[in-house]
Order: sequence, then structure tokens, then C-alpha cells
Amino acid sequence: MKNKQKNQRGRITLWQDIKANKMLYLMFLPAFVWFGVFRYYPMAGIIVAFKRFNYRAGIFGSPWNGFDNFAYFFKSGKAWLVTKNTILYNLVFLAVYIIGATLVAILLSEVGNKIFRKLTQTILFLPYFVSWVVLASLVYRVFDYDTGIINMIRGFFSLDPLNISTDPKVWRILLPVLYGFKWIGYGSILFLSAIMGLDRSCYEAAEIDGATVFQRIRYITLPLLRPTSITLILLGVGKIMRGDFDMFYQLIGNNGLLMDSTDIIDTLVFRSLMGNSDFGMASSAAFYQSILCFVIIITVNNLVKKVDEDSALF
Amino acid sequence: MKVKGKDWFLIQILAYVFLGILTIIALYPFACLFTSSFSSEHAMINYGMRLIPKEFSLDAYRTVFKRPEQIGKAYMVTIGVTVIGTGISLFVSSMTAYVLFRKELYYRNQLAFILYFTELFNGGLASYYIIVCKNLHLKNTYLVMILVPLFSVFNILVLRNFIKSSIPYSLIDSSRIDGASSFGIFFRIVLPLSKPALASIGLFIALGYWNDWWTAMMFVEKKNMYPLQYTLYRMLSTAQISSAASENAAVINTPTETLKLAMTVVATGPIIFLYPFVQKYFVAGITIGSVKE
Repeated sequence: MKNKQKNQRGRITLWQDIKANKMLYLMFLPAFVWFGVFRYYPMAGIIVAFKRFNYRAGIFGSPWNGFDNFAYFFKSGKAWLVTKNTILYNLVFLAVYIIGATLVAILLSEVGNKIFRKLTQTILFLPYFVSWVVLASLVYRVFDYDTGIINMIRGFFSLDPLNISTDPKVWRILLPVLYGFKWIGYGSILFLSAIMGLDRSCYEAAEIDGATVFQRIRYITLPLLRPTSITLILLGVGKIMRGDFDMFYQLIGNNGLLMDSTDIIDTLVFRSLMGNSDFGMASSAAFYQSILCFVIIITVNNLVKKVDEDSALF
Repeated sequence: MKVKGKDWFLIQILAYVFLGILTIIALYPFACLFTSSFSSEHAMINYGMRLIPKEFSLDAYRTVFKRPEQIGKAYMVTIGVTVIGTGISLFVSSMTAYVLFRKELYYRNQLAFILYFTELFNGGLASYYIIVCKNLHLKNTYLVMILVPLFSVFNILVLRNFIKSSIPYSLIDSSRIDGASSFGIFFRIVLPLSKPALASIGLFIALGYWNDWWTAMMFVEKKNMYPLQYTLYRMLSTAQISSAASENAAVINTPTETLKLAMTVVATGPIIFLYPFVQKYFVAGITIGSVKE
């Protein structure tokens, strides 16, 4: 085997590294090309936000128009609305996910009957496998104004029926509930595996000292799950400007009646792009989203690094 | 035997009741979907989706299978895209993971960062859409459905962590001394030893392809190229007949609402049927992902 030649400072140049490991670099090439074409090339295309886009001329041939697109986006009154909706929904989703998954995982770990535990885990994980296309159609049937089971139950308690296709307020509750429906099963597996990996001796010691089940959960399990929760919260906060397009689009679609309480940046960009061919709006909103997203991730990560080096993402 | 106190019984009751209710909520819509697809159109329009249909009928399924071309073609597209996409993605992802794992590479962390950076920053949907359609000319091709969801940084890093934690580096060193090439070591040693992780990650990738409707909505306009989920979406999103407006619809013989349910069952059935058998790989996959390097 050929040894690596180091230069005087003990550093290896990229060229030397490639020459010494030709085959490894060759094996990296397919991924490198894909990320170049499908990730970095569109990054260069982000300049379209500063152009008056014309399809025939393409991104790089269209004329510049400075900040006109941004002026248009911010004056439309949409910017604040979609930003607020995106951030608030993501925060509530994150809370629902972490609290729900922790609760389910703790209860699953305490259940004595193994068959019940397996069965519950299997069924709660099921919604994760089904696409939002199918889930959304089921939601509209379960909440059907005349025949849905939810309105039948509400009728039984003499409550007014809900009309989810015309009432925007319902969605502020419904969206987090549905997010939990889809993701809590998945998250509970994550937390359950963390619980199973905890040191049993703590629990044995607590039991000898006469701690109740609830004291064990409160003073041992929950504190030990903190690192897992922190990692998930960090990942969630980093993506706070990116909405769950699949979910919002399948559930709300282009229903204008619901937009005020359900429009997020991703759905606005999509509608502007595919619906109205409004490239100015689409590109400025997308640029705004990418930049804010980036700034938030870097800020969060730096803050975390200061507090606890090990929890940082990179 | 341990003495079980009051608190133990309390948590058991709490767990059974709470988890029991959640389980029913999670299962109910799917159970209803399945049973109601065997309902008559008349019962479906008047009583909605019921766990036990009021009138039993196979009309919806008869209609689905009378003209199976559309759903059959969609199935072929989805299966083709899923198989080819998963194969390429899994092979290249694990190869990339292996490269990032090799200590001989001085710049391996920089290479990993080139991939990871795309998680932090991206060009946004507008630029992406224009680049894929206008600059790469991928609109209305099968290739676009394979290429767009091809890689995820997360999968590559999870695979690298798995290789790191399960393959002793001395094995790589001794194979090198025996004269094995870098690719040979990957293909003959690393790949076979990574089977559990490959099974898990492969299933996640396959599920992603199977459930992908977004790529088709963005980049495919030809009806005969639609994959399963997008075909289903197009079908389900055609205006739902409200029960009040269609009192007379029940007289018409072609089922529409039950047909939607039957189509959903036909399109989702394989996933739900396979699910109990493959679930353990998914559970394992989530757990591998949580291992921090």
C-alpha cells in the first residue's frame, strides 16, 4: 500500500487525497453528482427572486428587477400571515409530537401484558405508513357534515355539527390532532427505545427505597429522556419555517374559505407557482423561507453549542 | 415475587384505558374504509362510512376490476419506480456511507459536510421547479419520479453510523493487506455485514417512493404516466357528492363514492397487508437512526 505523502506542515491537499484514494472518490461521485444537480444547482437558481422571470429566457437569462418581487410579496399582506401560521403550527406540532410520544412510550413501557403492548404499538404506528392522500379523504368522511361519526357523537351530546370544509377555526385544533394521529406512533417507538436503553439499576434502587411508579416516572424516566427530547426539539426548531406541505395541501387543497387560518409558506409558494404562474410571489416567498430557515438553524445550533457542546447538531 | 402496590394497578388501568382509546381512534378509520367499500352506493350516500354497512354490495369492486387499465397502469408505474428507485438509492447511499466511513480519506468530514449543508440551506421550490423543468428537461419523464426523491442525507448518515458501530476497522485493514480493493471491501464485506440496516433503510426508501404523489403533481402532466398515489388523489379530489344534492344518485347504477373507497383499498391494501410482517424492520430503522455517533 502506498503511504500518503504529507507536505511539510503535515497537511494533505485535496489533490493528494484524491490521488491516494482514487477508487473511494470515484465511489463518492454518484452521490456528489446528484447533490450537485438536485441541491446545489437550484441553490444557484435562488437568484430568480431578484429577477423578472420569463419562462423562455430561464432563470439565468431573465432580467434583474432588484427587490420588486419582495416589495410585492410584503405588500400583498400574505407575508406576515403565512409566517405566523407556519411558525405557530410547527411549534404546536412539535409540542403535540413530543408530549404525545413521551406519554405513549411511558405507558407502553409500564404495560404488563406483552401482547397488548405489541398490538398497541403496531396499530399506533399504522398511520405513519398511509399517505396523506388517503388520510385526508378519510378525515373528510369521518367529519362529514351529515353522516360523519364525529358529528353523530356531537349530535348525541346536543352540540352543533362541525363543518370542516367551511369553518377555518376548527382547523387550528384539527391540524395538530391529525399531526399527532400521523406521528405519535412513530415518535413513541423512538422514546420507547430510549426508555429500554436506560440503566435498570436506577429503577431497582428506587424500588428498594420504596418509590411509587409515579415517582419513578417523574424523577427517573422523564429526566433521563431529556437528551432525546432536546435533540428532537432542536431538529424541529431548525425546521420551523418549513411546513408539512403534504399534510396541508391534501387536507386544505385550494379551499379559499380556510386559507386565513391554514395558509403556510409552502402552500403559498406552491399556489403561486402552479396555480397562478406568479413567479415573483413564488420566488420571493421561497427565498424568504430559505434564508430565514438557514439563519434560524445556525442561530439555534450556536446557542446550543454554548450551553452543551454534545447536543449541537454540527 | 414482587408485591404489587396500589400505584401499580393504577398505572395499569391508566395505560390500558388511554392506549386502548388511542388504538381504537387509530384503527377506526381504516376499519371503516375497508368495510364500507363493500357497502352499496345507496347506503354509502345516505348513511356515510359505517363500520357495519347497512347494505352489502360488491358493485364498487366490480367497477374497479371491470376496467382495470387505469389502476393497473398506475400500479405498474409505482412498482417500477419503487423497485428501481429503491435499488439505486440503497446501493449508492450505502456506498457513499462507506466512503464517509473510510479513515484513509483525509477530507471525509468535508465530503460529509457537502452533503449535510443541503439540509441547512436550499434554493426553495420556485428555483427547484424551474431548474428541473427548464434546465434539466425532466418534465413528463419516468426518470423524474426516480431521481427527485433519490437520496436523503439522513439515510446516508444513518448508514454511516451503522457501519461505524458494527464493523470493526481492523477488518478493513486486514482486507487491504490481503489486497482487496476499496470497492471489493465494500461489496464483499461491508454490504453483507450491513444487511439489517439495509433492510430497514431500504423499506423506508421504498415507502417514500410508494407514497410519493408530490413529484408526479409537480413534474408529470401525462395521465398515463401517473403513479398510484397521484391517480388516487385525482380520483378522490373530484367533487364529493353531498348527500342532500344527490337524493337521486342512488338510482344510477355506477357507484362513485363506494368506488373511491374501493380504489383506496386497492391502492393501500398491499401496504397494510405487508405492514405486520415488515414492521419490525421499521422499528429497527428508527432505533438505528437515534444512535448518535
